[in-house]
Amino acid sequence: MLKDITIGQYFPGESVVHRMDSRIKIILTIAYIVMLFLSSNPAGLLVGLFFLWLSYGISHIPYKMILRSLRPVVPIILFTGVLNMFFMDGDPLWQLGFLKITREGVLMAVLMTVRIICLIAGTSLMTYTTSPIALTDAIERLLSPLGRFRLPVHELAMMMTIALRFIPTLIEETDKIMAAQKARGADLETGGIMQRAKALVPILIPLFVSAFRRADELALAMECRCYHGGEGRTRMKQLHLRYYDFVACAFVALCIVGVILINRFVPALL
Amino acid sequence: MTAIKTEHLTYTYSPGTPFCKTAVDDVNLTIEEGAFVGVIGHTGSGKSTLIQHFNGLLRPTSGRIYIDGEDLWADKQKLRAFRFKVGLVFQYPEYQLFEDTVYKDIAFGPRNMGLSEEEIDRSVREAAAFVGFKEKNFNKSPFELSGGQKRRVAIAGVLAMNPKVLILDEPTAGLDPKGRDRILSQIRDYHAQVKNTVLLVSHSMEDVARYCSKVLVMNHSRLFMYGDTAEVFEHAEEIMQMGLAVPQLTMIFRRLHAAGYPVQQNIYTMEDARAELQKLYAGRKGGAAGC
Repeated sequence: MLKDITIGQYFPGESVVHRMDSRIKIILTIAYIVMLFLSSNPAGLLVGLFFLWLSYGISHIPYKMILRSLRPVVPIILFTGVLNMFFMDGDPLWQLGFLKITREGVLMAVLMTVRIICLIAGTSLMTYTTSPIALTDAIERLLSPLGRFRLPVHELAMMMTIALRFIPTLIEETDKIMAAQKARGADLETGGIMQRAKALVPILIPLFVSAFRRADELALAMECRCYHGGEGRTRMKQLHLRYYDFVACAFVALCIVGVILINRFVPALL
Repeated sequence: MTAIKTEHLTYTYSPGTPFCKTAVDDVNLTIEEGAFVGVIGHTGSGKSTLIQHFNGLLRPTSGRIYIDGEDLWADKQKLRAFRFKVGLVFQYPEYQLFEDTVYKDIAFGPRNMGLSEEEIDRSVREAAAFVGFKEKNFNKSPFELSGGQKRRVAIAGVLAMNPKVLILDEPTAGLDPKGRDRILSQIRDYHAQVKNTVLLVSHSMEDVARYCSKVLVMNHSRLFMYGDTAEVFEHAEEIMQMGLAVPQLTMIFRRLHAAGYPVQQNIYTMEDARAELQKLYAGRKGGAAGC
């Protein structure tokens, strides 16, 4: 049952987007977010939507995955939408006491909603097409200049990598311990909150014990292989920039320029 | 009286997904009460999945399981009662120890059964005695014991529930030869004394030959064979083709037979081997005298 939980959202594939340098993907995702907030014009957001449509298509991620990534943020989207609708001044379309809906409000609500949807879908695309390990690797590289300010970048990245690596292992372990305690008659399904919390003790204690044991063993194994932190360490998987990384950068740059031009020259609806 | 009976038992992991895998395929099996059954099969043959069905930890995708003639899944309310009837000792059971004293840990199962304090106390002491754990160590933390001791305490935790069927999944994995022999002979003594049904999953054909009266062979999710130990080891060729071994003694006698010596092939215990060799030796002497 616990096995069915997928860790991260990685959606394995062979597309160009999957093969892109993970650093570039992070940078471009940030650029895309900036672009979304630059565009004060509905036409600018159309560029954002077009970008999404194109990049999901290229990476062969089914569009229904967008819906899946949006599900947890539906309340936030609704909340922002409704707030914007009621609290913009302008032409009242509908009024009841102090509540009023204005034309500008509706427009703003639509704009904000589209913007948030694009934001979530865009960042999800990055996690769909990049394995968690590649992501931490990229984060480490991008943050490495901060190492000069004594920020332990390599250590942080290593911690993230190890944590990710051990999630499936610990889930498997939990499954095993649960089965073993159930075999001894542990009752995990019935009873009130207190009783259920108490029933977790026979599972959590062995789980912690084994997590510490694993951590010890891992530390020992790393030391045996002369791990001594990030200094002077080389990588098995080197990140290389390919032509498609540059093409992607150019395309995003073009989109941003486009959005800026639209902001300037296309008349705003507001 | 049958202890465990399965009808067309089938189990599929994650059905309907790309990871779908049938781990147990149409197994029909009847295990008699009081049998000491060795369960063999190479890694991934479905042994562990099969035994997890016997106390209701896994629900069969299709098929039925009867314990003592009662359908295991007929009434979900009664499922827990079956878990007490069929005690399951997992691989590396010492990793499930959690209480602050050995005594409390062994008492976890009996306490879940809702026994009275005296009954709990008696079952804990009995179980500890079976695995040779000294009562003076009852107040120690299970985490300060040695590996072999932890294993024995964990096994006692299941024995204390006094199950009618005891299933052990590789109880000797990772132990030294002495620890292994100790645990196995304790289980044999327990079986002889309590006269319950024992299923022992093992990779060691020597252990199976030595302790088990029956052998169950799983191969590629299917039940390959279930029968008396001698009967099963007669199929040495097929068993070896599955990537399993037969006991080394059996190998020796098969080779002797192949080399033309008049010996039986289905020898798997030391006693039989000795008798057979003496017979051979006597026969040769007689033959030589005849010349």
